[in-house]
Amino acid sequence: MTALLRTDAVTKSFGGVQALNGATLEVEEGTIAGLIGPNGSGKTTLFNVITGYERVDAGDVYLGDQRITNAPPDKVFLAGIGRTFQLTRVFSRLTVMENMIVAAQHADRGGRRLRNPLARAGGPATRQRARELLEFTGIDRHAGALAETLSYGQRKLLELSYVLMADPAIVLLDEPAGGVNLTLITTIADRIRELNQRGTTFLIVEHNMDFVMGLCDQVTVLDYGTAVVSGPPDVIRTDPRVLDAYLGTAEDDDDIAVS
Amino acid sequence: MNGEPVNVGPVIEGPANEGPAQAGGAQLPAGRDRQATVLRLGCLAVLLVIAAIFPLVITNALYTQFAVDTMIYVGAVAAWNLFSGYTGYISLGNAVFFGTGAYTVGLLTKQWKLPGGDIFALLPLGGLVAALVAVPLGLVALRVRRHTFVVITIAFFFIFQLLAFNLSFTGGNQGVSSPFFLWSAADYNNPFYYVGLIIAVATISLSWLIRNSRFGLQLLAIRDDEDRARGLGVRTMRTKLTAFVISAGITGMIGGLWWFFIGQALPETAFDPLFDLTVALMAFLGGFGTLAGPVLGALILEPLQQWIGITFTNGYTSDIVLGGLFLAVILFMPRGLVPTGAEFVTKWRVAQARRREAAPGGSAPGGSAPGGSAPPGSPTLGRTGSPGAGTPGASTPSTGTPSTGGVR
Amino acid sequence: MGRELSEAIVDGILGGSVYALMAVGLTLIFGVLDIINIAQGILVVLGAYLSYVLSVHLHIDLFAGLLVTVPAMFIIGVAIQWAFIRPLRGRERTSMSLLATYAVAIIIEGILYIIFGSNYVNLNASYVTEGPKIFGFYLDYIYIYGFLMALLLVLAIYFTLYRTPFGRSVRATMQDQTAARIVGISVNRVQALTFGIGVAVTAAGGMVFGATSGGFNPNTGYDLISRLLAIIILGGLGSIGGAMIAAIFMITLEGVVDVVWSPSWSVVVFYGALVLVLAFRPQGLLGRKAARAQ
Repeated sequence: MTALLRTDAVTKSFGGVQALNGATLEVEEGTIAGLIGPNGSGKTTLFNVITGYERVDAGDVYLGDQRITNAPPDKVFLAGIGRTFQLTRVFSRLTVMENMIVAAQHADRGGRRLRNPLARAGGPATRQRARELLEFTGIDRHAGALAETLSYGQRKLLELSYVLMADPAIVLLDEPAGGVNLTLITTIADRIRELNQRGTTFLIVEHNMDFVMGLCDQVTVLDYGTAVVSGPPDVIRTDPRVLDAYLGTAEDDDDIAVS
Repeated sequence: MNGEPVNVGPVIEGPANEGPAQAGGAQLPAGRDRQATVLRLGCLAVLLVIAAIFPLVITNALYTQFAVDTMIYVGAVAAWNLFSGYTGYISLGNAVFFGTGAYTVGLLTKQWKLPGGDIFALLPLGGLVAALVAVPLGLVALRVRRHTFVVITIAFFFIFQLLAFNLSFTGGNQGVSSPFFLWSAADYNNPFYYVGLIIAVATISLSWLIRNSRFGLQLLAIRDDEDRARGLGVRTMRTKLTAFVISAGITGMIGGLWWFFIGQALPETAFDPLFDLTVALMAFLGGFGTLAGPVLGALILEPLQQWIGITFTNGYTSDIVLGGLFLAVILFMPRGLVPTGAEFVTKWRVAQARRREAAPGGSAPGGSAPGGSAPPGSPTLGRTGSPGAGTPGASTPSTGTPSTGGVR
Repeated sequence: MGRELSEAIVDGILGGSVYALMAVGLTLIFGVLDIINIAQGILVVLGAYLSYVLSVHLHIDLFAGLLVTVPAMFIIGVAIQWAFIRPLRGRERTSMSLLATYAVAIIIEGILYIIFGSNYVNLNASYVTEGPKIFGFYLDYIYIYGFLMALLLVLAIYFTLYRTPFGRSVRATMQDQTAARIVGISVNRVQALTFGIGVAVTAAGGMVFGATSGGFNPNTGYDLISRLLAIIILGGLGSIGGAMIAAIFMITLEGVVDVVWSPSWSVVVFYGALVLVLAFRPQGLLGRKAARAQ
């Protein structure tokens, strides 16, 4: 069965730095997939390449049967891939509700051309959906607040909420658990599970091992731009290659005094 | 004194705040803010009446001339804000459209040898030409970074000024002059004033409509994070260009009005380097990006500028004073009057509320959230954060706008 | 015609080097402080006037006078930055610095008008009007000296930037202010000093400009700043090499159009070239293709 999202030997370098080196990754539909690896292994670059923020040097990206390599970010979004960022990107001077409405632009494209541009932003259906999503993530209370007044954790939830406005088939989360307190991490994990049960596929980049191992069905390890190993969490946890990737091989340690 | 608790705006949390969602996302707890809105609309109505009868009451030609100049700038600032304020792309080249409108109207008047009377019908034409000119300019200018954008608008300005000097049909150094007086000298200024007022009010209304519309939301999203907006499907180039062209068209009409008023367009007056600087300054003085701010800035700054020009008869001294004034505004009121005023009002209200609570048997917060009033220290967050999301339609800096600022 | 053309080209290169000097200062200021110093034009004029005063009233040689004017302009630059730029905060900092420097420019212009009036003045010296005949062209010495000085100063700037600790701090601040602070660089000091340097080079540029422009008065500042802006944009904001190339290219182009077509159109071509380049390469010649729309 074709995976929902697939990268095929993607290669990307920045000047002298080889960020991705034949990275191949598959995400099955309906799963929660994890992407881990040491710093600099190319995780965010892979995300950027998938979502069109970077162009590949070689290789391909597929969404289902559709080849979306090098498609610009808006086309990728419209095709059904949502994405959050490590440093949350929200529209700070808009209210939370307005942030949600902006993300619903897709609903207005491809529609009748002669829509009244001065119509009130966000029709009742959009607002209803926005409200539901905000209730789902728990920040509906702040619907009228400016996004910049939100705390860091709330911003993460907002970003997740508005990405969901487009009802994407798959959501790419870049460090969703980074820098948030324990309670919020559990909330985020619960929400992801719920959404997954309703049919959304996830690909998550994370450093928090408990988070990843507890949540994901399938984990891929990236090292130096290549997918080194891929499998269920239990298998990954004990695979020596993973340890290598994070700590370096035994030979590298020779000239370091072991304490 | 009513026992009604003061609405402290940004701090109230809880389900009681979930009112029917208003345009722009602001929420309306029942009662209290209906009051504020009525108050605001009332102020607006009063202002409009004052504006409408002003020249009938104050007939001194000097003052009415001030009034016309002020109206011109109010309109120009509102038009500038429509693009630059909402998208965050600062344009210092709007004089291009002003001058284009002026020259268009002037040249057409000469060409068609129009008598007095129907001249104002030409204004839309001037605006149209300016808008058409804005399309290619915008297509080039809107592809660059914001810093570069400012400079490229300046470059356009100089190009156009030079073209006005050099092209034959623009009359070169002589410019284009209006050959006639249009009506009685006594109330000469009045028709100009009213046309200017109409244009200004129409532009402000348009700004308000845009602010609450889908189009406006896209513009504001572009201002905050253009790449992200594009990634979410916003057609950024098209959106920016539309606002740019609209702004240009209105500015062109105002330029046409100015030509009729002054009676002459010279390259250095129709394309005046100080025009854009003044307009930008008015917007910043009032509150960049807000709706009411730029208008307020124009209302304050233009008469002030005129007054300085008269008081300091040495042109150079008046320039120095003007420059000093500009600096003072930038340094001491960087966010502008409206946001600073709004913050001040909020702080005052919170102080009031706190004082009221401290009193024995303090008011029962009837209608406010079960959560009660805010923990001290949080009130100034929320709406007052930035000049960005201006209060729709507000012409006074009263913050009735309730937005939850529940920061944890 | 061919003769005039070659002369125009040579003049352009030599004259362009002086503009390059002033443009480098401007682009350096942008690179380190992220602001556009609109006052640079009038500061050039101020430098020229300072040289004028030293030359006419104190009979000090133009180049010797630089020993006074350059430090003086440096101090003025630091003062302006400290008083009017540093306090600016907030999201619209760049636009506000634009307005602030524009306001400063207006003030300086007014002061100059009051002191010197609106008459055109010139900087004179023996070498301004005399010169050797090289390959059949008459070249005023001033151009040669100016070119050499510009070369020297640009080399000095490069040396400072790439070989001294201070220069390292400057480059670090250009890359990332926050990171620079973290490693202990006093960004405030770097910014103030850089602004001062950027302005100080205008003193030097101002002197040569005053000698070769054929007459200047306070109003000349407008023309200057608009050209300098066009130059640094064309070269790419923040790129020193780009500023130099752009300066020489545009001044030469203008000189050529002057001769080949007509003086009144050469200026239009000047700005037209900017627009044309930006239409195809929005980041300028050597600018980095940054994330769009900051």
